[in-house]
Amino acid sequence: MAVTVKTFANASEAAGALSSDRSARYLGGGTLVMRALNEGDVSISTIVRAQDQALSRIDASGPRVTLGAGVTFARILAERDLSFLHAPARSIGGPAVRNMGTVGGNLFAPNPYGDFTVALLALDATVAVQGGFGARDIPIEEFLQARDRQAGTLVLSVSCTRPASADAFRYRKIARIKPKGGSVITLAAHLPISGGRIVGARIALGSMAPTQIRARAAERALEGRSLDTATIAAAASAAAEGTSPSDNALGSAWYRREIVGVHLRRLLSGQE
Amino acid sequence: MTKIPLQFRHNGRDVAIFVDGGTNLLVALRELIGDMTPKFGCGQGGCGTCSVLIDGELHLSCLTLAETVAGRAVETLDGMKQGPNLHPLQRAFADNFAAQCGYCTPGMLMAAKALLDRNSSPSRADVIEAISGNICRCTGYEPIINAILAAAGGRASA
Amino acid sequence: MLELRKDIFADERDDNLKEIGKGTQRQDMLGHITGTSSYFGDHKLQGMLHLKVVRSTQAHARLRRIDTTEAERSAGVRRIIRGADVPRNLNTLLSLINFGKDDEPSLAVDKVRYKGEPILAIVADSEREAFEAIAKVKIDYEPLPTVFDVEDALKPGAPVVNETYPKNAFIYHDVYDHQRLRFGDADAALATADHVLEQRYQMSPIEHAPTETNGAIAAPDTNGRYVVYTSTQALFFSVDTCAKILDVPSNTFHFIGGTVGGGFGGKVDTLTEPLAILGAMLTGRPVRYVFGREEEMQYGPPRGAERIYIKDGVMRDGRIVARKIRAYFDSGAYTRLSSYAAVKCAAHLPGPYTIPNVYGDVYCVFTNRTPATAMRGFGVTAMDFAIECQMDKLANLVGMDPMEFRILNAYRDGDMKAHRREAKNTALIECVQVAAEKAKWPIRDEFRRASSRTDGGGSRAAIPPTPTDSRARPTAPAQQRTSYDRLPPTVTREPPREPPPPSPPPPSPRPVTPSHGATRFSSVFGTRRR
Repeated sequence: MAVTVKTFANASEAAGALSSDRSARYLGGGTLVMRALNEGDVSISTIVRAQDQALSRIDASGPRVTLGAGVTFARILAERDLSFLHAPARSIGGPAVRNMGTVGGNLFAPNPYGDFTVALLALDATVAVQGGFGARDIPIEEFLQARDRQAGTLVLSVSCTRPASADAFRYRKIARIKPKGGSVITLAAHLPISGGRIVGARIALGSMAPTQIRARAAERALEGRSLDTATIAAAASAAAEGTSPSDNALGSAWYRREIVGVHLRRLLSGQE
Repeated sequence: MTKIPLQFRHNGRDVAIFVDGGTNLLVALRELIGDMTPKFGCGQGGCGTCSVLIDGELHLSCLTLAETVAGRAVETLDGMKQGPNLHPLQRAFADNFAAQCGYCTPGMLMAAKALLDRNSSPSRADVIEAISGNICRCTGYEPIINAILAAAGGRASA
Repeated sequence: MLELRKDIFADERDDNLKEIGKGTQRQDMLGHITGTSSYFGDHKLQGMLHLKVVRSTQAHARLRRIDTTEAERSAGVRRIIRGADVPRNLNTLLSLINFGKDDEPSLAVDKVRYKGEPILAIVADSEREAFEAIAKVKIDYEPLPTVFDVEDALKPGAPVVNETYPKNAFIYHDVYDHQRLRFGDADAALATADHVLEQRYQMSPIEHAPTETNGAIAAPDTNGRYVVYTSTQALFFSVDTCAKILDVPSNTFHFIGGTVGGGFGGKVDTLTEPLAILGAMLTGRPVRYVFGREEEMQYGPPRGAERIYIKDGVMRDGRIVARKIRAYFDSGAYTRLSSYAAVKCAAHLPGPYTIPNVYGDVYCVFTNRTPATAMRGFGVTAMDFAIECQMDKLANLVGMDPMEFRILNAYRDGDMKAHRREAKNTALIECVQVAAEKAKWPIRDEFRRASSRTDGGGSRAAIPPTPTDSRARPTAPAQQRTSYDRLPPTVTREPPREPPPPSPPPPSPRPVTPSHGATRFSSVFGTRRR
């Protein structure tokens, strides 16, 4: 059976087609779905597309930022108001991949990809999805925990609150190839400061578990404290807690556990 | 099997073809139009040798669903020469020994063109970034970077 | 930038160099920059079919049943090819030069020996239809015990990977289960050395990762011939391999190649041509068989893994007096070219140094890993890595500068190499001197003045008395530091298990070589006298 392409004018129709067909995948930038087809994945026999302008909308004027699922990384880099997301956007692929890859697709990208999602997880983003039963907002952490079951839902947009300062959000991707390569590990930290103390710390890690996860033990070590050497050391030593990395060609699980604390310390202390 | 009609501009010329559902742009260009300049290297977005410009933007043709280029302009290495004359980038690649096996060259040239079309005097770092999605396994990155810088320099002085 | 040091060896060369030191344009450059260079995949033929193989999901298993009923009926399928359809299914690459036994099927018949081994080939109208048919093939595997480690594979009772070589080691000249080098009395020298250093080195498989994946297009031509466009790096080698496997004269084929999208050794194994041609023979249509990227990375042959033990004896003044090496090449499930890699490795010992007592054992071992093949300097690269690491460690051990230590031990013109051939045009000393100069690494005057053309030969040209293995002295217990040396000499040096059933020689596989003089030179062609 050949592949059927279904193109819809609006997202809700596309969502309907997606949820009613187990062999259907939504085509965003193509970097996941076309890749699967090229490698001979015969479980996909329907491609669903939507030419809905809403999917490529960026709303970055206020404190709450909303990115349509179809927004590419190149567009994020072109948007001055999104400078806090430039580091994660720039860390993905080469220019061609950034011209194609989308925010929505990145939510589904398996290890060693999905770096932008690490940033969104640290920023406590909300994912707006359209399923068979209408639209709803899901906290990103919940979305990722059930990612295996999300293939039939259409992501509409992702939104998050802009960090209070440039210093409050930090991102770091460790790759073997310079300037670009798959992630050995990826780290993002949101560190809101109130009265000199961290309130609501969120640390997210990529390539440290089957999906992007939070480093909750490290967050606890930071919570309510000032970002001093002792606090950073405590967070770094707790970085690997609760993680379950696996071996791949870029690094072993052992190596990832060994270095995650080192890189978290560097991230928190602002070292290059 | 249902065929989907598809029209777009290919190197400045209108083309019309019928594609199967799910056909990628690389296959459409090579097998239906006969433009063999973009190459298959990985089908995954890892190597960049299938790079083409779509409406002036660098894209990977192997990851592009062919029918998404309907009505758009696709440029490949096949359209780079200006009549019988080599493009300055092509000349610079030759002069700087920037090709060995030649298999990454089409993608490298398109990535370089995408850069120079919007930044006529790139820094070395800009060039490295611009070709960071293109893999050369004969490890000729230095000559390639030098060639792109030379082409930009030549263009600036011209 | 390129710098020619014409002052070095000026008298050995006609200095009217017309090409070296000058830029010369490649003749294929214009094709490359215009995208008109023609690679195998750039040929689209009318009515072309697509071939994909069904690969083993198991590293080692008996094939109980292969059910293609559903796949045969799948849309677009033209032909499903089994091992029984291949005229001479069993082959080994170097059989073309009478080296090694046929040990590898084009398509597995009753057993698979590595994960990813081809079992069936499916020819279909499109790649998609071939993939859909692959998904419908049912294979009943009976898993067998696996072995992935070279030393485990040589232990008694290890699973037999490849029945052609039941001891899991390649057999040279029908007798020897490894390559040996004996020069002087290494054990005696180790016993009197001031320091002994034994180390273990290991290198993992390395994938060539050419940007163009392996592939071929075969098409029926007039007069019963076939045109074959191929990515091969070794065109005539591939022609003859296909002629053998398909059991036809080699002039049945018109091979077109030469423009290769990166090879580095990974495109000499003739993996795609035989099945593409057979597909064309069986369907009468052009057939394309090209590896996907995952196939190339996972199942394309890599540079093989190697494990190397080096035990050196060094004197306080920095002279290395003995070097004992045991090396294992992981050939994967089949021979391909690793048998030859082991020969090259043995021929390279003990590195570019003059050491009066050298002892080497080099094994080509079968495991349930992807078969290994050639890659840039194969047979030598890992050994050089190990030797040069060892040189740094030895220099450190005796408190010498590592550059000076190399110059001290470097071979010089006129020295006798461990293979009983005179060293000529050695030039290592000059290379180290230039490297030191370029790196602004200070070396003392006496080392800066050293020359590869002086102080060689003489006593260094002598072939030392060399005990045969049976009379070799046992190793001094004080220096038995690893399990390698703790094994009794007979066990260490002889195949750990039963000798192969065929072949005339009794189970005393001892080279019947004289201990000195111009004698046996191990090469793929067997014994040579010079």
